[in-house]
Amino acid sequence: MSDKDFPPPVKYLDDRLGIGKIGRKNLRKVFPDHWSFMLGEIALYSFIILILTGVFLTFWFKPSMAEVEYQGSYSLLKGLHMSEAYASTLDISFDIRGGLLMRQIHHWAAVLFIAAMMVHLLRIFFTGAFRKPRELNWVIGFTMLFLGIIEGFIGYGLPDDLLSGTGLRITQGMIQASPVIGTYMSFFIFGGEFPGDEFVSRFFTVHVLLIPGLILALVTVHLFLVVYHKHTQYAGPGRTNNNVVGYPLWPVYTAKAGGFFFVVFGITALMGALMQINPVWLYGPYNPAEVTAGSQPDWYMGWLEGSVRIMPGIESSFWGITLSWNLIIPALLVPPAFVTLVALYPFIEAWITGDKREHHLLDRPRNMPTRTGIGAAFITFYGLLWVGGGNDLIATHFGLSLNSVTWFLRFAVFLGPILAFWITRRIAISLQRADNERILHGLETGIIVRSPDGAYSEKHTPISDYEAYELTARDRILPLETGPETDDNGVRAPRRALKKLRSKLSQFYYADAVQKPTREEVQEAHEHSHDADEIHELGETETYREVTSDRS
Amino acid sequence: MSEKRLSLSPARFLSARRRHRSAGLVVLLFGLLAVGSAYAAFAPDNAVADNSAQSQQIEEGKKLFAVGCSSCHGLNAEGATNGEGRLAGPSLIGVGAAAVDFQVGTGRMPAVQPGAQIPEKPPTYTQAEIEALAAYVASLAPGPAVPAQESYDISKATDEQVTRGGELFRTNCTACHNFAGRGGALPNGRYAPSLMGVTERHIYEAMLTGPQQMPVFSDQVLQPQDKRDIIAYLKALETQKDPGGFGLGRLGPVSEGLWGWLVGIGLLVGVAVWIGAKGVKAKGAKAE
Repeated sequence: MSDKDFPPPVKYLDDRLGIGKIGRKNLRKVFPDHWSFMLGEIALYSFIILILTGVFLTFWFKPSMAEVEYQGSYSLLKGLHMSEAYASTLDISFDIRGGLLMRQIHHWAAVLFIAAMMVHLLRIFFTGAFRKPRELNWVIGFTMLFLGIIEGFIGYGLPDDLLSGTGLRITQGMIQASPVIGTYMSFFIFGGEFPGDEFVSRFFTVHVLLIPGLILALVTVHLFLVVYHKHTQYAGPGRTNNNVVGYPLWPVYTAKAGGFFFVVFGITALMGALMQINPVWLYGPYNPAEVTAGSQPDWYMGWLEGSVRIMPGIESSFWGITLSWNLIIPALLVPPAFVTLVALYPFIEAWITGDKREHHLLDRPRNMPTRTGIGAAFITFYGLLWVGGGNDLIATHFGLSLNSVTWFLRFAVFLGPILAFWITRRIAISLQRADNERILHGLETGIIVRSPDGAYSEKHTPISDYEAYELTARDRILPLETGPETDDNGVRAPRRALKKLRSKLSQFYYADAVQKPTREEVQEAHEHSHDADEIHELGETETYREVTSDRS
Repeated sequence: MSEKRLSLSPARFLSARRRHRSAGLVVLLFGLLAVGSAYAAFAPDNAVADNSAQSQQIEEGKKLFAVGCSSCHGLNAEGATNGEGRLAGPSLIGVGAAAVDFQVGTGRMPAVQPGAQIPEKPPTYTQAEIEALAAYVASLAPGPAVPAQESYDISKATDEQVTRGGELFRTNCTACHNFAGRGGALPNGRYAPSLMGVTERHIYEAMLTGPQQMPVFSDQVLQPQDKRDIIAYLKALETQKDPGGFGLGRLGPVSEGLWGWLVGIGLLVGVAVWIGAKGVKAKGAKAE
């Protein structure tokens, strides 16, 4: 297509902006097709919904701690003194047309935004999509998740209701627990004693300007890198590490992604319309003298809440300094350590495996049993802390003792991840074995044959070549060796301890994984089965209508 | 000396005789006589005079108590142990009629089995029986009486009073009972029950007597008007519709998060799977 073929409006813009050439290249960009590649889109679309509804809310929300007397239409709080922030949140909920709906959509979108980012992260993790060259994009994604959580928490604090105030009070306690600098930081953030009358206006600016701006910038980089790296794909016939097989952006993904955006918006709007979220009018205005049962943060802070809840109350003091280990450990040491591990995982794995190649084909989780096991351990750890954050509701709703739940969790957070790791890894290895079985001996037909000499056997039918290709399209990975103790000149090799550790970890990663069968093994197995008559019914009619583009 | 003797006034007479050998005895007799006649004059002679409905009710309550309550609380409501040295039921002397009306009226008593906390259940006794039990327990020693109808009558509560009740509720009650009165957990298997569907009288009595884990909010701590305002707020909460849709149990962010994941992410991932499976690929004969 030459330039003159553009329809007039496009030509007009192309002459001035050059969009024709950009569009021609990028609209044809090929993306592979799989449902799990759309999880990140949920996050992107909820972010757009958050911006749209958030702008609406800023029109009426008053980020001020000035004391006012409520005279709105919610009669149960009428005449009460409260901050302007809380009063305006009540106004949005009861006196502004569509305000409550917008508030609820905003809040549900926030819940979904972070949940979708997390589900997306899990997909990337379990399929190994974070490997070279995408490690930095993993870090960017992680940063967005982190910022999203902070953003959500600050937003939760803005209405200045009893629950958000209690949440801030707990956060302030955590800040104060940091040795030496704690009190200074608390004074700095709240502009004096808690709660003061500064934080709502400060948090507001951070919530509507700073963090959304950062996230928006990172989204751009994140998506740019997806385009630049090209999307990963699952292995299959015709799909290699050097190409991308899928459909072009125009018209297929424009339709699919565009449609999906409306679905996400629709579901969020439905949730906002039908499911009540954050009923601030029930909580009442924040008053440091009040607290309510069921004081919990939104779900993404729940694991932090849980880690604090299940920590035994230990504190020590020396030289006049009190160290609150009951906060330092669960709030200031464990969570940062956990998120740092998550953020740096691609680099850690790359170092352990010594793999410096580019990877554009995704792993099936079973083919990396140790990584999959680690993922399961992380999920278990996180999930148990989550349970800890709701220990009171678990206790009341399942008729348990609060103390038993807490004590169970104190042990389970250590044992559960180990157990989950071990079980998941064994399951992955078993699945690998099952795959090998399929490759070597084919499918079980369920037909039992009795041989002339009386022996019974089950007939197997070989799997298709396509499936065999898919199952075997992976590397044969062997653990790293420590390397010789001395080099050619008899000089002791440097960093030997580190190399030893690395080969130990590499052993841990790969030693138990099942390797795919060799060509000889497959041939031998097939010759065996050819003795018996086989059932061949898979036709060769399968066609692929996908477009292939070279990865260059 | 002699003229002094002659002009002896009564005061002097007593003063002079006060060291007499039998003076102490005389004073004691006088004292006993005075106390005795004063008692005869002022003491209530209910045992004799009041053989009417009330004493019958107490008598009936005593019988019911002996059958249904005494195995844990002792034959005379003095409290009893379970044979292993642990307290089976506390002494009920001085708990008052209000405590009985609450415990038996909400079905908590008679308890099915001892435990961390005795749960609410449909009442076992009829209202008349409960009144008899209450009268019997009240007859043992003074205690808070069943509140009169007008002390928990909230039909005339103004908006201002309801708001005030909300403030009192948030200050005194939400820490255990949750912001919407939906209940919450307490240590070692105990819990603050939900306040939804509890009658005005029972809420009032609970505050007055502090059943089980609950602290007592006597009329000096929360005055009758305060109690009435709190009840008015609770009833307003109970009848209030959730303006935002389904209330999700009014339990706070935990249930919101659960619903967000189950419904929200569940549906959206479902749609993603659907879009992934549908569309262009469905036209090709892809047998995977």
